[in-house]
Amino acid sequence: MTAATVVTGMGVLAPTGLGAAAHWTATLRGHSAIGRITRFDSEPYTSRLAAEIDGFAPEEHLPSRLLPQTDHMTRLALVAADWALEDAALTPSALPEYGVGVVTASSAGGFEFGHRELEKLWSKGPEHVSAYQSFAWFYAVNTGQISIRHGLRGPSGVLVTEQAGGLDAIAQARRHLRGGIPVMIGGGVDGSPCPWGWVAQQTSGRLSASRDPARAYLPFDADASGYVPGDGGALFVLEPEDAARERGATSWYGEIAGYAATFDPPPGSGRPPTLRRAIERALDDAGMTAADVDVVFADAAGVPELDRIEADALRAVFGPHGVPVTAPKTMTGRLSAGGAALDLATALLALEHGVVPPTVNVSRPVPGYEIDLVLRPRRLPLSAALVLARGYGGFNAAMVVRGPRRSEHEAS
Amino acid sequence: MEKLTVTRLMEIMRECAGEGEGLAVTDDVLDVEFGDLGYDSLAMLETAGRIERDHGIRLADDQVTEAKTPRAFLALVHDAATGVA
Repeated sequence: MTAATVVTGMGVLAPTGLGAAAHWTATLRGHSAIGRITRFDSEPYTSRLAAEIDGFAPEEHLPSRLLPQTDHMTRLALVAADWALEDAALTPSALPEYGVGVVTASSAGGFEFGHRELEKLWSKGPEHVSAYQSFAWFYAVNTGQISIRHGLRGPSGVLVTEQAGGLDAIAQARRHLRGGIPVMIGGGVDGSPCPWGWVAQQTSGRLSASRDPARAYLPFDADASGYVPGDGGALFVLEPEDAARERGATSWYGEIAGYAATFDPPPGSGRPPTLRRAIERALDDAGMTAADVDVVFADAAGVPELDRIEADALRAVFGPHGVPVTAPKTMTGRLSAGGAALDLATALLALEHGVVPPTVNVSRPVPGYEIDLVLRPRRLPLSAALVLARGYGGFNAAMVVRGPRRSEHEAS
Repeated sequence: MEKLTVTRLMEIMRECAGEGEGLAVTDDVLDVEFGDLGYDSLAMLETAGRIERDHGIRLADDQVTEAKTPRAFLALVHDAATGVA
């Protein structure tokens, strides 16, 4: 029997709050962070709303040596890794030299940094471009910077599967743990609040053009018209349960119990989408059935056709109105490679507190979807959650997490 | 062209690459290796780019990364500046 993979630390930086506690409080209160873009002039663009991280002062958290060489999302990721390690009460330097690795998800890399430097290139000439451009905009930069900062020389990598990446990175970290690595950092933090990143996202055709923050991102609603992007995410410290106990950890958030990823057939093939199969395989991997899942954190694309595909998959696996479904990302927007990782953090916090956080702004869920969408915080005994994520281009990922109480019962 | 001093060089390095490590600002760093000050080769290239723009000179990349101390780097800048003067 393979040792359980447990989450012993988390670092959260989200539009809803800096730190897991602030994020959880705002999420329970239904405080949406969606508003007008402030980080660049969004006036010329069709979509003008985003959920931005507010009040993050990188110089308060990071040495000045790192500031000239890091993009916004890398600074967030470095702080998330610091907080996750601190939360796990883990000092990497006390572990074997090759004993800690890091796997992050990425979508575009450091786009804001890249935008600024490319602007210098074309307007002033190559001699004005920062030498740090060589890596600051690279999609693998977060993994690299985190591993350098903490001297992590274990297996590392980056996964690029758009919004599914947050879960895929954690699953890859779990594979490394099963291969004998004592500690992994995994997850995703993302965000490209600049015109270049914005235009790139707009090409998907899935961004909402609404000007009303309360009406722009309404997954599963009859008025769904696309999504709102945001920045942030979460990173986790993951360990095999026995190794965590051995080093003296006495509590953790929960267990990564099951995971599966599927890839959709190409458009026009006539074959069905594969989200349902991802859910079923993740349940199999966890040794659980649909009845064991107490809540689903939906991908919640906010695009009618995609909402319908997700509702169909949920109905097929759980039955009509068969399980509470929520989308707290209605408060943060979709965070590219950070989104699913933030959902996983929220799911673990929900298990800890026994409360399902709400889906905000949605007032008219499509009746035909037959899903039990949680529109107000709901207190429930929660022992397991399913987190779903889909990435542009056909990626599906499903992850089952169990709260710590259950694994303790099983151990005794 | 005003001559570049070690004090000014260290200021520029702080602006381009952040605070150094290990030594106080007032210590004599003229012969301390950049690596020991916490500055890697990219920090040197970033600093060199800034000085090139400010002084209207060109510095060869390989010479920049081979200049291991502020004294060697200042000599490089001086030679380039007098070469174009």
